[in-house]
Amino acid sequence: MAHTHKSNWELIKNGIFSENTIFRMAISLCPSIAVTNSLKNGFFMGVSVIFVQTMVNLTVSLIRNFINPKIRIPIFMLVIAGYVSLIDMSMAAFARPVYKQIGLYIQLIVAFASIFARAEVFAVKNKIVPSIADGLGMGIGFFFAMIIISFFRELLGKGALWGVPIVSGNPLLIMILPAGGFFAVGLLMGFFNWVDIKMAERKAAQETTM
Amino acid sequence: MSTEAKKLVVSVSPHVRDEESIAKIMWTVNLALLPAFIMSVYYFGPRAVYVTGLCILSAVLSEHIFQKSLKKKITTSDGSAFLTGLLLGMNLPPNVPFYIPIIGSFVAIVITKMLFGGLGYNIFNPALIGRAFLLLTWPKLMTRWHEPTAQFLGLDAKTTATPLGLLKEEGLTKFIEHFGDKASLYKSLLIGSTAGSLGETSAIALLIGAALLFYKKYITWHIPFSFLASVAVIAWIFGGKEGLFTGDPIIHLLSGGLMLGAFFMATDYVTCPTIRKGQIIFGIGCGAITMLIRLKGGFPEGVMFAILLMNCFAPLIDRNVVPKQFGAIKKKEVKK
Repeated sequence: MAHTHKSNWELIKNGIFSENTIFRMAISLCPSIAVTNSLKNGFFMGVSVIFVQTMVNLTVSLIRNFINPKIRIPIFMLVIAGYVSLIDMSMAAFARPVYKQIGLYIQLIVAFASIFARAEVFAVKNKIVPSIADGLGMGIGFFFAMIIISFFRELLGKGALWGVPIVSGNPLLIMILPAGGFFAVGLLMGFFNWVDIKMAERKAAQETTM
Repeated sequence: MSTEAKKLVVSVSPHVRDEESIAKIMWTVNLALLPAFIMSVYYFGPRAVYVTGLCILSAVLSEHIFQKSLKKKITTSDGSAFLTGLLLGMNLPPNVPFYIPIIGSFVAIVITKMLFGGLGYNIFNPALIGRAFLLLTWPKLMTRWHEPTAQFLGLDAKTTATPLGLLKEEGLTKFIEHFGDKASLYKSLLIGSTAGSLGETSAIALLIGAALLFYKKYITWHIPFSFLASVAVIAWIFGGKEGLFTGDPIIHLLSGGLMLGAFFMATDYVTCPTIRKGQIIFGIGCGAITMLIRLKGGFPEGVMFAILLMNCFAPLIDRNVVPKQFGAIKKKEVKK
């Protein structure tokens, strides 16, 4: 079994920056376009994913020695579905207005590539604490991506944030339509790649001067 | 030996070169749009100059600034950004606020063309993406047409619907009553004294421009004629209210952005198929989607979305109509 040699803090950072679900690995893009038309929806989606990702990693890591490798996929599925049902029902009970808008996508967390991938490549091979750190990092990375995308989309598309109008005038309506989601994700992904290249250049320049 | 070697110049194809260049073609297309531009100034007054000029200026400027800031070769003099700005301006209603042309040109040049790699690499027609962006962003401002009768007076022009909008709302008989009889309807559609986007109303001016492009052989008949023919046939078969084969194809041919789209936008070299057979399929697809939107869709006009949708399919069409190589044998025959 392959064990990770990174510290827990590095694992969390890894999930947020270098292996960010949306901007780096470009998986789970469906919710990043479908539910990010307002900051509130993006926030609740992000929180749900942090919860599910962490708990799934914890559970899979706990039972990793009892899973028959041949049927691991159905077992992951059951674990994920359990936690998704939990968050689905609690959101339906306590956050009714938001649930009406993004309820369908909460249920779709079951099929998220990112959650499956972390259970498969990380949690099933590692001990409990690193698995929790990895899940937290991945979840927070997804959360940040959702917040950034939905911040720009709601601000540009409605001139509002968290439902509170900020800018008056004619907002860019297209930004809250699906097409605007593609614009926002594509441009932000390009921006983060650009930042990455610039940082690598700076690092290389520093090393040569030293 | 060295002198002998100099005579044998080995180069990659193409070996036969022509005087045509991107810049020459682009500026000729710009020239071909001049009659339509003159008609738009005649009917819509100084607003036409402001809106179109602002579009061209901001398109050229955004290309210049983008290329300068990325330290790339500046290609604004080849006229392609100018053409994108001009086409976008001709696709806007005359009385839009002035920030609309600027944002539209920015989206057309930077997002649709430059971010995909510049001229020759864009998937979609830049001017049409610019317009689609504006139409989806400000649907009310982008569909506030006004009557061309208030020429040179400017501000207090009466707002009205476009011919296709009227046709969709009120039906054919009432629509014809607006213009008197059928002959005067055709006449005003042909000359361009109807409401609509700046450069799209005058069919005759656009045809004059298209004739120049045909004369210079910059466009071939394949795309425009298959596009127009499929629109006419579908309008004739399904356009009528009384049943099949009672529609009026001439109204559908002359109104809306069809002439502008068929001759100047669908034929964009970058975003249409390169093989002739593929171009005919492309044109028929454009016509079919246009008529689908015009007759059944929510928008009165569908040329823009039709061309954009078919732009997506252009590479796929090209891949499937590759002509048989001379002397090549089909795979099935080989097996036998």
